[in-house]
Amino acid sequence: MNLGSDIAYIDTFHRRKVRNTIFKIIVIVLSVITTSPIILILSKLIIEGVGQINLDFFTQLAPDTFQAMSAKMSGEKIPGGIVNGITGTLFLVLLASLIAIPIGIMAGIYLYENGSKRYTNLIRNIADIMQGIPSIVLGIIGYIWIVKNITHGFSALAGSVALAIMMLPLIIRSTEETMKMVPESIKEAGAALGVPYHRIILKVMIPSSFSGLMTGILLAVSRIIGETAPLLLTTLGSPVINFEIDKPTSAVPLLIWNFYNDPNMIDLIWSSSLFLMGFVLILNLISKRIIAHREKN
Amino acid sequence: MKSEKITKYVLFAVSLIILLIFAGMVFSLAGGAMPVFKEYGLKFIISADWNPTTGRESYGALPFIIGTLITSLLALLICFPLSFSTSLFIAEFYHKTRVASVLGTIVDLLAGIPSIVYGLWGFYTLRPVIIALGLSDQGFGIFTSSIILAIMIIPYATSLSNEIITMVPTELKEAAYSLGATRFEVIFNVIIPNARSGIVASYILALGRALGETMAVTMLIGNANIIPDGLFSTGNTMASLIANQFGEADGLKLSALIAIGLLLFLITAIVNALGKYIIRKFS
Repeated sequence: MNLGSDIAYIDTFHRRKVRNTIFKIIVIVLSVITTSPIILILSKLIIEGVGQINLDFFTQLAPDTFQAMSAKMSGEKIPGGIVNGITGTLFLVLLASLIAIPIGIMAGIYLYENGSKRYTNLIRNIADIMQGIPSIVLGIIGYIWIVKNITHGFSALAGSVALAIMMLPLIIRSTEETMKMVPESIKEAGAALGVPYHRIILKVMIPSSFSGLMTGILLAVSRIIGETAPLLLTTLGSPVINFEIDKPTSAVPLLIWNFYNDPNMIDLIWSSSLFLMGFVLILNLISKRIIAHREKN
Repeated sequence: MKSEKITKYVLFAVSLIILLIFAGMVFSLAGGAMPVFKEYGLKFIISADWNPTTGRESYGALPFIIGTLITSLLALLICFPLSFSTSLFIAEFYHKTRVASVLGTIVDLLAGIPSIVYGLWGFYTLRPVIIALGLSDQGFGIFTSSIILAIMIIPYATSLSNEIITMVPTELKEAAYSLGATRFEVIFNVIIPNARSGIVASYILALGRALGETMAVTMLIGNANIIPDGLFSTGNTMASLIANQFGEADGLKLSALIAIGLLLFLITAIVNALGKYIIRKFS
């Protein structure tokens, strides 16, 4: 070996190390940049939103534009709250869950029980495609099916059908995945004792996978709770509290949209968004907790 | 035995509901779109003229198809360096460390922010920055929408890529390290070639997300029914057009909006099916 090739060797080795370090720094910097939007968005919501959150915020109806304007002119805080939105959101989520949870869980069990056949794979593929359908398209579906043909007007039912179709594929998938984790032996023990099939499902499979099913449902709810677009086309919004399925209903995201479009109400958008965000985060945290708890056991 | 049969039939019937819902959606969208396709034929897709004024009515979907594709692809381009670096950080550089799991949780939080909140933030925080930089007068447009879309799809692209990257066999990586390869060389000569199709698929699926995003784009794109002529031009996407105009629509206009919904449905279904197909082949 001569000196020349040694120097060349050390030279390329050095260059490779430098290149490696530069790349690592780029990766770290870009990763830190990636976290910045969430921090900026959360801090904006908290800084601008906390001021309007008080008891009235949770108990009063949303103000109309004149109330907001006169409060603004006399330099007071905007009166009222978002109680019609909160009750509306809860109502819509409840209705959507009533539709999506039984169908989703039963379809998930069917897929699990029937393994990989042509028909079950078709259903799986359809569920996959449904999961990717833009929510606004589901709004159109809710409009055509329910608003035009059943309730003949904007209604809570139309919105919850759109939201239920959003929830379905998520629940089907999570049900099938959790069922796979139920030990075969306890089902066989039931069958060996002569327990009928539907009772094995109800008394063995569902209870022993309960936490998994719950996580899937919570994640599905947290996905739909902030949806605005499909509701614009289906439930429209309402200035009062409504619990009738054939009447227009408000929802927190719809109220945010109204506040955003009304220059007098701007002060309310941040508190409403903070509330909505908090709700979604809490649902996410609970389901993460359940997953962590299950993995420990 | 009889009750067993009944249970099986009930479960089968429920699975049939999924099929019916899907078929019903396709049927209803196609039915609603029929009038406009009867009026204009396939010209509806390639016409750039959208004019709902009675008497001079004319409907064409091209500006919105182009608007959707441009914003989504640009979003993907902006998203890639950020989310791919994050994936490398989480799944390779700091794999299984505390800092990686914290970063993963933070990125996951992005998926929990409702679209309308992204829109508000874009309107009140990002738009003034765009104006201050002198990029456009009002701050609305393709570029602003794409930045927000990019942020919105980061968690989807990242979490899938993470899984794909961790699936690359450790033996391959260790073999390269044992030959004296640096991490940079392992990433570019072992990880990326091995995970390429999976990574491509996760970005295709993220693209599928971006195509259908509605509220944030509606609030930021400027809602002009034209083919965007530049990065900072205003425009409309298929989703934002529907959100904007569905409320007061009837007759042929309603049919045109449903037809755009059908096209959006088809485009996202194809993009998602492609992504899922590649993922399935990969794993």
